[in-house]
Amino acid sequence: MKEAKIITRDLTLHYGQKMALNSISMQIPEKEVTAFIGPSGCGKSTFLRSLNRMNDLIPSVKITGEILIDGLNIYQKKIDVVNLRKKIGMVFQKSNPFAKSIFENVAYGPRINGINNLKILTEIVERSLKNAAIWDEVKDRLHDSALGLSGGQQQRLCIARTLAVEPEIILMDEPASALDPISTGKIEELIFELKKSYTIVIVTHNMQQAARVSDYTAFFYLGELIEFGKTRKIFTAPDVKHTEEYITGRFG
Amino acid sequence: MKIRLKNKIIGGTVTAASALSVILILGIIVIMLVVTFIGGKDTLTWKFLTTFPEEGMMKGGIFPAIYGTALLVIIMSIAAVPFGTITAIYLTEYAHEKSWIAQTIRFAVRTLATVPSIIFGLFGLGFFIKFVGAGMDNWFLGGHLKWAQPNLLWGSLTMALLTLPVVIVSVEEAIRTVPRELREASLALGATKWQTIKRVVLPGSVSGIMTGTILAVGRGAGEVAPILFTGAAYYLATLPTSVSDQFMNLGYHIYVMSTQSANVDQAMPIQFATTLVLLMLTFSLNLTAVLIRSRLRRRMK
Amino acid sequence: MNSNQATPGLSFTAESLRKKFRFSEFFAEKLITSVAFLSIALIILIFFFVFRESLPAFKHRPKATTEQQKITDGNKPESYGSSGTEAGSPKPETHYGTGASAGENKPETYTGSEPAAANKPESYGLVKDTSISADEVNQDESLRPSSGQESEGTLSSLFSNEWFPVSDNPRYGLIPLFVGTLKVTLIAMLFAAPIAIFAALFSSSFAPAWLREWIKPAIELLAGFPSVVIGFFALMVMATFLQNLFGYETRLNSFVGGIAMALAAIPVIFTITEDALTAIPASYKEASLALGASKWQTAVFVTLPAATPGIFAAVLLGVGRVFGETMIALMATGNAALSGLNPFESVRTLAATIGAEMAEVVFGDMHYGVLFLIGSMLFIFNFSINAVAEFYVKGKLVKKIQGK
Repeated sequence: MKEAKIITRDLTLHYGQKMALNSISMQIPEKEVTAFIGPSGCGKSTFLRSLNRMNDLIPSVKITGEILIDGLNIYQKKIDVVNLRKKIGMVFQKSNPFAKSIFENVAYGPRINGINNLKILTEIVERSLKNAAIWDEVKDRLHDSALGLSGGQQQRLCIARTLAVEPEIILMDEPASALDPISTGKIEELIFELKKSYTIVIVTHNMQQAARVSDYTAFFYLGELIEFGKTRKIFTAPDVKHTEEYITGRFG
Repeated sequence: MKIRLKNKIIGGTVTAASALSVILILGIIVIMLVVTFIGGKDTLTWKFLTTFPEEGMMKGGIFPAIYGTALLVIIMSIAAVPFGTITAIYLTEYAHEKSWIAQTIRFAVRTLATVPSIIFGLFGLGFFIKFVGAGMDNWFLGGHLKWAQPNLLWGSLTMALLTLPVVIVSVEEAIRTVPRELREASLALGATKWQTIKRVVLPGSVSGIMTGTILAVGRGAGEVAPILFTGAAYYLATLPTSVSDQFMNLGYHIYVMSTQSANVDQAMPIQFATTLVLLMLTFSLNLTAVLIRSRLRRRMK
Repeated sequence: MNSNQATPGLSFTAESLRKKFRFSEFFAEKLITSVAFLSIALIILIFFFVFRESLPAFKHRPKATTEQQKITDGNKPESYGSSGTEAGSPKPETHYGTGASAGENKPETYTGSEPAAANKPESYGLVKDTSISADEVNQDESLRPSSGQESEGTLSSLFSNEWFPVSDNPRYGLIPLFVGTLKVTLIAMLFAAPIAIFAALFSSSFAPAWLREWIKPAIELLAGFPSVVIGFFALMVMATFLQNLFGYETRLNSFVGGIAMALAAIPVIFTITEDALTAIPASYKEASLALGASKWQTAVFVTLPAATPGIFAAVLLGVGRVFGETMIALMATGNAALSGLNPFESVRTLAATIGAEMAEVVFGDMHYGVLFLIGSMLFIFNFSINAVAEFYVKGKLVKKIQGK
């Protein structure tokens, strides 16, 4: 296994009194695709959002345990969350482009970081759109509204937007669940390309997608990590019986 | 059978009564509009709108009243819109929903919204004129009387207090239409809270800010009680040139003219025309605001 | 690819991710928070300053009338209100208010036309009922006291039945003002509440959806009418119309004023009632219809009772609206501080008193203080109505939905 980019130790999360994540410990390797699978409500999205501290936005949340990225515990008191999120990108389940032009959507990240030189921005935008495999489709209408794109295109735009800030990790929360098969295929191809340069963690409720796309898989159930291992192993010969039952569709 | 008949009669009466009520209300609205229109249309000429009154308001135009009203609402908006918008931002973005701070502020805003307009006038007198104004005169002018009197500034600020709740409510409504996902996307890209507000939330709420401003202007143009003794005057020979001058005002003009005029018959057309002007003004403002708001709501669905 | 150009120097190390203090962020938050507190501060300030200015009412000050004034005022019928005193009496004190603006034509020029105004059938500000003036002359002569003793009497006169603030013997009886306000409010509510509630019932229960989309904004247009316009309409059109219809003597009275006020209250009551009625869960209505009740039966026996807290709040807020309404009162009620029970008599409301007399009052004297005192009372009254409407109604609503 490659070097572990993210290591979590006994990560526990409560929404008020209710426990949503129970002592999750895992190691996510660098520049590979790790998939989180499990039935609805099992905590996989919650765990994903803990990785870039998006759960901090919810007032009733209490988190204990550690998440180390490159050895640094990101839940320390002295961590600047804003800068942290610049190194970890997130793509959401439903694409959420801003009500701005395609160009401005992608340029949003760099602008926040103080880059306002139009030439540099144009370079970054073009590069990001190319890396998101959508450049050819939008290069002639960069200043049109992003809301005019189709669902699949919007999602790739959101990926381009994330790439523009040059994160090291990309988190994807069911990125293709709202898309048609063709767009889904395009996104999966894209993930394949992106993993050469980024560590990718993807949450999916679609097991086949996880099997297609990921190198490692983690199976969550009711807030606990049941099993973690290479995808091929998980889907052919998992260690834990519960995992096997989920994979074979005994329950959903 | 008898019971069924009785039910039908009662049912019919109830339905008829409620339908009639609606018709009655709408009818009165139409009557008021039509009567005002008929009474004023002949006098409502371009000259009327652009010239000064003559011969003790018996002839001439109402330009200074229009000008004064315009100045009033402009200064009022400059005061009310930023404060209202910022308060709305606080309530939606910074305050925790159920916190006592948010509840108290909301209660204060609702209370402000139902305070009788004359009380604002009293406040304008007791606070702006007699406290702030007197303070300004004592501190900066060595006791010379300049600011401790009714004028455009105090009248506008008083009116701004009255319309503040309107702005807050409209802007808040618009801010809430910006979906949570957009805020999350921005934060996930490493933007700070204020950056998110400035670049995503506020641009998305512009229509609400516009609606709020227009509604506030509509209210401010028509209310008279707050400016009865904080700055409005019935006849001024010249237009106000600074905020320390008094001003004429459409609503105030209507009030004084219709209750004080010597020659009723001669003044009546002018009274009606002035009322027509005010009515058209507030009407079109409200209509515009309603249209923007319904377009906003429809876009959200 | 990872040129790190976008976020130079940032990597997952303790130093580069050390918590940063962002000044603009901090500043923005503090500024926004302080501005938001403004609305709370405003309410407190209004409380404070309106009360503060009513303090002169509680100070005993000798009335600064000169002998000269007494003589000129002597035989005039006792009048109250603004226009009464200007015509002719030299006022020794300084005014503030619109009259004080130096240089410009005094706004009081209009009162100079008083002799002509007598020709008007109903003039605002002057005494109408001739019967009153006869009484006043008698009272005035019999009660001409020496200066210096009036002040003690003025505070207690708050509870008297005579509102004559501008005379040799100022009396600040609030009772006529209260009676006037109550009469107008009652009449307004008698008209506005049923009409508005029925209209809301129609809009929420009987009208098809597309019609409702039009009715609601149309009636809310009525809310957009400035009250001075409604007052104008009442003064110019309604008063004559109603007088011809009912044949009473005084053209401007509490009846006319009440109906005009109703026009202002209807949108308030309508909107809140309509919201309350449409907030009733569809399941209530469906359950009733499923049991075989007709539309109107459902509306009257299920929806309406269920919305009672909201309707109560609506009427309460309508009362608040009317109680403090100034312009309509000034223009349509006749402005005579009488306290009879006849609805066809002129009245003076509390708010109208403030509006009419504040501009002509001397800063800091008893009259000024009493007007502010009236303002304080109006403010407290409205505040209480609001509080009751909110807490009581919310409490009841919550209990109802929880099934208590």
